[in-house]
Amino acid sequence: MSTPLKTKIQVPRSRDLEVDGVKYNRAGSSRSRFEMFAWLFMRMSGIVLIVLVFGHLFVNLMVGEGVHAVDFGFVGGKWANPFWQVWDLVMLWLAMLHGTNGIRVIIDDYAARNTTRFWLKVLLFVASAFVILLGTMVIFTFEPCPAGADPSLLASFCSAH
Amino acid sequence: MSTAVTENQNQDAQQTDDAGEEAIPTYDIVLRVRRYDPEFETEAHWDEWPLTMYGTDRVLDALHKVKWELDGSLSFRRSCAHGVCGSDAMRINGRNRLACKTLLKDLDLSKPILVEPIKGLPCEKDLIVDMEPFFQSYREIMPFLVNEDHTPTGERFQSQDDRARFDDTTKCILCAACTSSCPVFWTDGQYFGPAAIVNAHRFIFDSRDQAGDMRLEILNDKEGVWRCRTTFNCTEACPRGIQVTKAIAEVKKAVFASAL
Ligand code: HEM
Ligand code: SF4
Ligand code: FES
Repeated sequence: MSTPLKTKIQVPRSRDLEVDGVKYNRAGSSRSRFEMFAWLFMRMSGIVLIVLVFGHLFVNLMVGEGVHAVDFGFVGGKWANPFWQVWDLVMLWLAMLHGTNGIRVIIDDYAARNTTRFWLKVLLFVASAFVILLGTMVIFTFEPCPAGADPSLLASFCSAH
Repeated sequence: MSTAVTENQNQDAQQTDDAGEEAIPTYDIVLRVRRYDPEFETEAHWDEWPLTMYGTDRVLDALHKVKWELDGSLSFRRSCAHGVCGSDAMRINGRNRLACKTLLKDLDLSKPILVEPIKGLPCEKDLIVDMEPFFQSYREIMPFLVNEDHTPTGERFQSQDDRARFDDTTKCILCAACTSSCPVFWTDGQYFGPAAIVNAHRFIFDSRDQAGDMRLEILNDKEGVWRCRTTFNCTEACPRGIQVTKAIAEVKKAVFASAL
């Protein structure tokens, strides 16, 4: 990226400086504590995610038979246990909010025009709200022993097994 | 403070003498400068000059040689020529430096030396950019002592420890090398930028100043300290060797302390 150029001659240091649709004059203050809390949230959620993500990977991929044990029944069994429901729910929300805020910040860093920023963020928030809601719904409404399923695929605790 | 930038080891290049005579070695260099003249063109272009320079010369001397002997229309800012005034920050071989503090012999002379205006500020002509957005954010952080006490008849005393607390950030010469090396600033110039935060730091941590809280509030802004992504470009760019990123982190901590 080269330095943007002025395409027409302007009075130097003019107050209405604008180059290629990018305003260089500072737009005035926009004070709020939101950015401070967002910054703090990235660090705090990051620390919690280290435990949640690596705990998740350890339990799913290393413990017992490890990755070979992962199948429908394994997932069903985990989500029948309130402990793993809460674990996965917290992991889902923290990862999604952390990731969404990270992308929001990247959009602010790279999109120069306000309208571009706005629409990219609309897309981002809609997408992440969809994933958060769908994920939450699945964790709580997941039916580990659907009626009429192939018994060999069901978890060991299902009565049809 | 170590700000010497070395790209190569140019051993005593071509010695111009045959006998043991003590001559200053000369180098043949190629200087490539990003040129832009709004009166005659809409796009910037590169100009190139082969020059014979001395081993003691700096990039600024090469620019002077071009301006004084080859092309008087070449435009750049410089005043002190000794790293004090902060007017000749430019992008030299892709890095922000002061032309007057960059020795030619420390650069890779096998390739042309690339000289461009600093990024993120609108170019006015050749190497001259409009510094107004930079100074706008500088003014906003109130870079002056605020003290409502009765004016003392003498000096306002301060312990050595209190003085040392902000010593690093007193060294700033407002060259804009840091702010114009910051990718967050490049986007739209709305971020306060490292230089404004460095100069706020200089007063926030000064025991004689009483407006620290106001400055912290000013920097607790959507475009304030929280936009810093700790890329360390600013610390690398600073010709005064100021620990810019560290100063920003200290201001972040102080904002927490005052806001929570
Ligand atoms: C494993 C634990 C994790 C830790 C310790 C962690 C830590 C952090 C921290 C401290 C930041 C802020 C960086 C800055 O402000 O400059 C960040 C940014 C970010 N994180 Fe994470 N994170 C973790 C997991 C994740 C996950 C699971 C995702 C995806 C869902 C993610 C996506 C992002 C994104 C997109 C950013 C913004 C990128 C950037 O700042 O350049 N992180 N992370
Ligand atoms: S902090 Fe360093 S790089 Fe930034 S304006 Fe001051 S002297 Fe220049
Ligand atoms: S000319 Fe003054 S700092 Fe380089």
